[in-house]
Amino acid sequence: MRINDVILRTVTKIVVFIILTFGVYLFLSGHNTPGGGFIGGLVLASAFVLLYLSSDIESVQKSLPLDFKMVAAFGVLLATSTGFGSLLLGVPFLSQTFAYFDLPIFGKTELTTVTIFEAGVALAVVGVVVTIILSISEDE
Amino acid sequence: MFSVNFAIIFPFIIAALVPFLYRRIKFVHIGWFVMLVPITLFILLARLIPSVASGKTFFHTYNWIPSLDINFTTYLDGLSMIFGLLITGVGSLVILYSIFYLSTKESLQHFYSYLLLFMGAMLGVVFSDNLMVLYVFWELTSVSSFLLIAFWNHRKASRQGAQKAMLITVSGGVAMLVGFIMLHTMTGTFSVREIVLSIRDFTDHTLFLPTMILVLLGAFTKSAQFPFHIWLPDAMEAPTPVSAYLHSATMVKAGIYLVARFTPVFGGDQVWFWSVSVIGMMTMFWGSFNAVRQPDLKALLAYSTISQLGLIMSLLGLGSIALNIGYSADSIIYTQATFAALFHLINHSTFKGALFMVVGIVDHELGTRDIRRLGGLFTLMPFTFTIAVIGGLSMAGLPPFNGFLSKEMFFAATVQISNADVFSLQTFGVIFPIVAWIASIFTFVYCLIFIIKTFLGPAQPEKLDKPIHEAPVGMLISPLILCAFVVGIFFFPDLLGKYILQPSMASVYPTFGDPKELTPSIYAWHGFNAELMMTIGVIVIGALLYNQLKKWKPVYGLFSQKYTFNMLYNSMLSSTEKGSTIVTKGYMTGFLRDYLVYIFVFFIVTVGGFLFYSGAFSIDISTDASIRVYEAILVGVMAVAAVAMLFAKSRITATLLNGVLGYSIAIFFVIFRAPDLALTQLVVESVTTALFLLCFYFLPEWKRETSSSKTKLTNAIVSIGVGVVVMLVAFSVLNYEKFETISRYFENAYELAGGANIVNAILGDFRGFDTMLEVVVLFIAGLGIFTMIKLRAKKEDADIEN
Repeated sequence: MRINDVILRTVTKIVVFIILTFGVYLFLSGHNTPGGGFIGGLVLASAFVLLYLSSDIESVQKSLPLDFKMVAAFGVLLATSTGFGSLLLGVPFLSQTFAYFDLPIFGKTELTTVTIFEAGVALAVVGVVVTIILSISEDE
Repeated sequence: MFSVNFAIIFPFIIAALVPFLYRRIKFVHIGWFVMLVPITLFILLARLIPSVASGKTFFHTYNWIPSLDINFTTYLDGLSMIFGLLITGVGSLVILYSIFYLSTKESLQHFYSYLLLFMGAMLGVVFSDNLMVLYVFWELTSVSSFLLIAFWNHRKASRQGAQKAMLITVSGGVAMLVGFIMLHTMTGTFSVREIVLSIRDFTDHTLFLPTMILVLLGAFTKSAQFPFHIWLPDAMEAPTPVSAYLHSATMVKAGIYLVARFTPVFGGDQVWFWSVSVIGMMTMFWGSFNAVRQPDLKALLAYSTISQLGLIMSLLGLGSIALNIGYSADSIIYTQATFAALFHLINHSTFKGALFMVVGIVDHELGTRDIRRLGGLFTLMPFTFTIAVIGGLSMAGLPPFNGFLSKEMFFAATVQISNADVFSLQTFGVIFPIVAWIASIFTFVYCLIFIIKTFLGPAQPEKLDKPIHEAPVGMLISPLILCAFVVGIFFFPDLLGKYILQPSMASVYPTFGDPKELTPSIYAWHGFNAELMMTIGVIVIGALLYNQLKKWKPVYGLFSQKYTFNMLYNSMLSSTEKGSTIVTKGYMTGFLRDYLVYIFVFFIVTVGGFLFYSGAFSIDISTDASIRVYEAILVGVMAVAAVAMLFAKSRITATLLNGVLGYSIAIFFVIFRAPDLALTQLVVESVTTALFLLCFYFLPEWKRETSSSKTKLTNAIVSIGVGVVVMLVAFSVLNYEKFETISRYFENAYELAGGANIVNAILGDFRGFDTMLEVVVLFIAGLGIFTMIKLRAKKEDADIEN
């Protein structure tokens, strides 16, 4: 029996972009307002899960050829390597720093190294969550 | 300036790159590239020899985790210089040798990765000043040694040898770790240099003796001292370049390094003196005695290495007595034992490295290392024969080779110690020269066996699979270079003494003033004195014993085959396995509900018990805010959902009710103005609900369970207990003031971390270490689930190895 899921599919097409944008927004705003790497990653992951729910795994894989295990591994690597990065600059492991810059379009902007660390966290969360859900759902 | 920290990190970086290089470079043996690493480091280190010889030391710190007193601190002085040069120098030669030893069909990318990993770890051990960092590198050498011994992992003996080496050295390492922590408790620092300066105030501390014994355990297991020596012969399953490098020249000397490094800390104590010197002597005797009966050339060399390590160890023990007597004109004479130890350490690496390479050549070219099948090789393998003679006679302690010089100094030191008038040496001291002499006789015998049985006598080509032929030039270069050192050091020993040994004497005896006084001139000829007589005696009796070998060899049959240390090790291993199987089977029932009971009971006992014990359960609701209507409604909804879940008929209903609970909590977070938590809770709840629904697809229908009243009662007690504990904790948490407050974090978050969101400032910055490890754990859990589901053995392939 084939479930009639036209509504779900149509809605998903639009909603996924909203969720993805929201996830990125949450990730970036996390420094000063609610959000951050973990929650941003979770929202992104839920967008991917929604994609997989509305259409089948194969067609998503075709348009989005991402190995989420690699995404997770890359995230972990990024998060840990920021720690070693601070060692190279002669400060203790995992030291974070921030500074304010004047950028052409954004004006006065705060750039922090925490963002890189948080990006690692976000990627690890996305990768792990999607990997777990995919591997359970693909199981025969 | 060249930083020593770089020398440690460099091999690790290249080790990570080797697999990628290997895939790209097909036209040439990867070993040529790898060889550049130790050569570079050797040159860099060698350039520092003059400044180190003039008494300069190099000290560099990278703050790592300063809050825990763990810093990546390197310290280059005379002692670490010796080891640094040995590691990189012998490393270069061994890699050169391995290029011709290992064919390109082997998985070379693994081999060289492991070898570089070992090199970096070993450099880390000798250059680290911080004990915690030293420990990490120490265990890394054990791990890389494990990987290298098991390089040919299709062989059962390789795997078992690797396991044995790992188990013994790592247990010793853990003991050493405990010792290090005790040192930190006593002195308040992890830095060896600072400990050396302050240890005199703590010699009466109750932890002093246990610390010493634990550190010694680490050193003895690593350096294969009696009775932990049993792992070394089994480790000979490794490819021969590995045996030459790890198991004779460098890794097994890590224990020697540790003892030398800690001599200024513990030396001067009676227990230290007796345990190091007596264990060393016993090891020396037992190793040489057992080497004589080995039919396998490599096993012979393994026991010989054990014996020589014992020799060096005992010399370090003898030399530590000078610290007890204190700095005076009389005590200088005892420091010569330490000098001899360091001298022999270098000599041993040169001749033993060459001998291992000879065995490798014989094994590689003829396909056997069994002396019963060998003989008469000297006419057809003249170069190999020359190397074997030079190395073998140096090991036996004959001139004109460097082994003679250090062996003589060893005899001199043992004779000297029996004249000392501390530690009741007047009475017992005489055992040292006697044991040393007997052990040296056996050393002489096995050296003769090594040379004569392999290379002289009648050839037995019918017992060999391959025709006898000389090795390719490439395999001869490294041992010939080592032989050049063997002879060169004999003729110019003072060069070594002045530039290499003198600064390292200053490291072992930092309080003894000018190291020049501690550095004797080394003479090959020093008149007819006791040590020369002992050497002549060794040669005469040794030759006699070798001649009569057949007559007295049955002596070995007298030793019981049942009560050996190997049998003890095996029975310990199997009984531990059995014991743990019984214990594990006792509680691993295979039922999820049982595991949940364990977890919850543990929670009730620890959390509830701790809070009860510390008197935390003080409920005071007078200061709480009043309850508003919508809060009461929310609680009512949650209560209804929770109770309804118990009576749900299908899994979907239960999941949805669980979702009601989760979303209600999110609403609570909104009410209490915690948007971060609310957001997180909402998304987590959605994702887990999706996950649950997904899982249920694979589960059978939910049926009513008929469980016994006993199970029901346990479940009821456990669930009520958990509920009560959680509730009590929630009530009393407001009044609990035993922990330090953390409000200083969020008060200054904006200035300290530049972020207004204090939750994230704490997660990413203040407690960044926790977050990093959590991410790693999350990743491991994800991989675990993936492998469990995707890669599990299918039912039909039952023979899958695990």
